[in-house]
Amino acid sequence: MIELKNVQKSYDGGATLAVANTSLTIERGEFLGLIGASGCGKTTTLKMINRLEEPSSGEILVNDRNVVDQNPEQLRRNIGYVFQGIGLFPHRTVAENVAAVPRLLQWSAGDIRARCEECMEMVGLPFDEYGDRSPSQLSGGQQQRIGVARALAARPEVVLMDEPFGALDPITRSELQEEFKSIQQNMALTVVMVTHDMTEALLLADRIAVMREGVVLQIGTPKELLNNPSHDYVRDIVAMPRRRAQRLEELMRNE
Amino acid sequence: MSDNLREQLLLLPAYFQGHLLLTLAAISMGVLISVPLGVWAEQSARVKRPLLAVVSIIQTFPSLAILALVVALLGGRIGFLPAFIALTLYSMLPIVRNTVTGLESVSASVIDAAKGIGMSPNQILREVKLPLAMPVIVAGIRTAMVWTVGLATLSTLVGATSFGNYIFTGLQTRNLVAVMVGSLASASLAVGLDGLVASMQWLLEKRSEAADSARLKRIRLSVYGITVIIVSLALYGLIPKPRADFVVAGKPFTEQYIMAGLLAQELEEAGFSVEQRLGMGTAVVYEAIRNGTVDVYVEYTGTVWANFMSRESNPGREGIRSGVVEFLEEQNVTTVGFTGFQNRYALAMRRDRALELGVTSIEDLIPIAAELSAGSDLEFFGRTEWFRLRDLYNMDFADKLTFDVSLMYTAVAERQVDVISAYTTDGRVAAYDLLLLDDPRNALLAYDAMILASGNAAAQPEFMQVLDTLVDSIPDEAMRQANRLVDVDGESITVALEYLRGEMAKN
Ligand SMILES: Nc1ncnc2c1ncn2[C@@H]1O[C@H](COP(=O)(O)OP(=O)(O)OP(=O)(O)O)[C@@H](O)[C@H]1O
Ligand SMILES: [Mg+2]
Repeated sequence: MIELKNVQKSYDGGATLAVANTSLTIERGEFLGLIGASGCGKTTTLKMINRLEEPSSGEILVNDRNVVDQNPEQLRRNIGYVFQGIGLFPHRTVAENVAAVPRLLQWSAGDIRARCEECMEMVGLPFDEYGDRSPSQLSGGQQQRIGVARALAARPEVVLMDEPFGALDPITRSELQEEFKSIQQNMALTVVMVTHDMTEALLLADRIAVMREGVVLQIGTPKELLNNPSHDYVRDIVAMPRRRAQRLEELMRNE
Repeated sequence: MSDNLREQLLLLPAYFQGHLLLTLAAISMGVLISVPLGVWAEQSARVKRPLLAVVSIIQTFPSLAILALVVALLGGRIGFLPAFIALTLYSMLPIVRNTVTGLESVSASVIDAAKGIGMSPNQILREVKLPLAMPVIVAGIRTAMVWTVGLATLSTLVGATSFGNYIFTGLQTRNLVAVMVGSLASASLAVGLDGLVASMQWLLEKRSEAADSARLKRIRLSVYGITVIIVSLALYGLIPKPRADFVVAGKPFTEQYIMAGLLAQELEEAGFSVEQRLGMGTAVVYEAIRNGTVDVYVEYTGTVWANFMSRESNPGREGIRSGVVEFLEEQNVTTVGFTGFQNRYALAMRRDRALELGVTSIEDLIPIAAELSAGSDLEFFGRTEWFRLRDLYNMDFADKLTFDVSLMYTAVAERQVDVISAYTTDGRVAAYDLLLLDDPRNALLAYDAMILASGNAAAQPEFMQVLDTLVDSIPDEAMRQANRLVDVDGESITVALEYLRGEMAKN
């Protein structure tokens, strides 16, 4: 479904290597978590998939077609994207934001309206109450949920998410995570989700890619990472959720 | 209500209409040019710097200079077109600059998102960047609008009708009521148009909000109503009016307003329709009579001799007359005749001061000039006449100050200066009891007033017949008294004109 072949991306004429010689295959319907420290190249990797950035070398296939052979605008309209900075249009209402891609795809007004209601319901912000608001009248977490609704509105098969749940409180966050996971499974979405939160990655993703300084150190199922970290760095970042889980288990046993 | 005020208010519809059309046309053109330029500049750094530099430089040019340049570039064409072009140029800076700033200030994450959901560059511009930049762009348009309304008053000097007609006429004829009416009208128009644009913008922002609020509906209705009225008023001016038979022009000082009025009345009484273009600059009106946009006005021989023929010699009154008539003939300008009075420069002093110093002629100044201070209008000390005077009498003043004309007279009357470059037909010479000094060495030029006609008008015998009656009909003293009525006694041009015609009828 999505295939990165020896993809490399450098900025400033080679001075900054954001992504180094990376190969990855993401199967249809698979949920891939992309995790790593700030600046390690996660956003850059995501942006190359829908051609917001062009690789310096290597190639990327989406649905077996090289992305450079596709019209970038058509490509992007068919791939949902949740932006790290949310990026809602401040001059449009919440409903208009959610409707943005269907409108670009020239859906009928009735279809757009129905789909808006559906998507906003899905992220827990009912259309009737929130549709006419301006994005500035929403909390940070609500804006983030509208960002997710916008990415799903045109029923894409592929969704790229850049820290989609960062600004949410733990309860809303876990609700939305579960909600999203079931949507993903029902619709067999192919998802690449960037996160800083290893627990989130372990709970949601089918496979996780751990990046450091532009290099994918290890890619595997949550179980593989927990049991066979191939790298000290990987061991370190799975250690914390593992410790927490053990601690919680002890607490429950001691009751 | 005083007669003066009533007289001024009668002029209001025409001036308002002219001013409005000029302003709206220039602003609309300014927006049509500047917003796309701003968009282009924001997209290309190569364009941005030179473009902003050029529009800024235009802005630093004195507005009068731009007007004069545009007139010159249009081959001496006067009226609406040069004023419109100059005002459009002047409106560009705030609009271009704000368009660039507004577009640049749109947050990168929003643009990134627009791109990321698959908007084309064009869609990003139209649907995201321009709407988000709009408040800043509109602020630029409002700035340009307020400037343009103010600057449009200057277009009077190139023969376009505006509230400037009030202001320039008022300033030159000491008619403060006219100046007030013009300034207030111009300021109200600026405030009104600015408010109108502001409320339109407000309505646009409220567009998505429920339209059911009765108050919003009322406001929307009145804003649209006012806009429609204003635009139709402006457009009304575009309906071609039947062209007047003749265009009478004049320069911006009292004597010229009176003479233009006289020419217009005579022609109208003979059954012609007349359009008046008052308060025009000397070079502009001369160019206009050569190319036929103006049909008739009063000029002075010395002005043609020194300004247009660039002569530095002084062949005396008759020599100048014949030289000038011959020169004008070559320029396709017909000299209808001399009116009889002469309005030349003369050095003048308070009579008591002259007596005290024993001065009656310029020669008497020679030994004492180095201790005297002199005042002039804005031009005199830069003219060849002054250089010739200085050389022929071999003297110079200790101080040379330049003044606005009325202030120049006040200055000599209040003894702030000893000598001034007075005008011989100026009513203030008698009013302030000034002594005109003799010029035995013939340094100063003769300035016989003469009626000039365009080649086209001069070819019509009926026209020439009317004007022939004015030849040799106005003695110096009659003109001086008429000027005095306005400049000293504060009467209107109409009153002065009646007086002058009365004097002419006696002969
Ligand atoms: N337009 C750019 N020009 C130059 N360098 C860039 C550009 N975009 C990203 N980089 C650099 O590339 C590297 C990877 O950036 P990227 O945005 O992919 O990091 P990230 O993993 O998403 O980080 P974070 O978790 O903080 O969002 C960083 O060192 C960054 O400074
Ligand atoms: Mg990032």
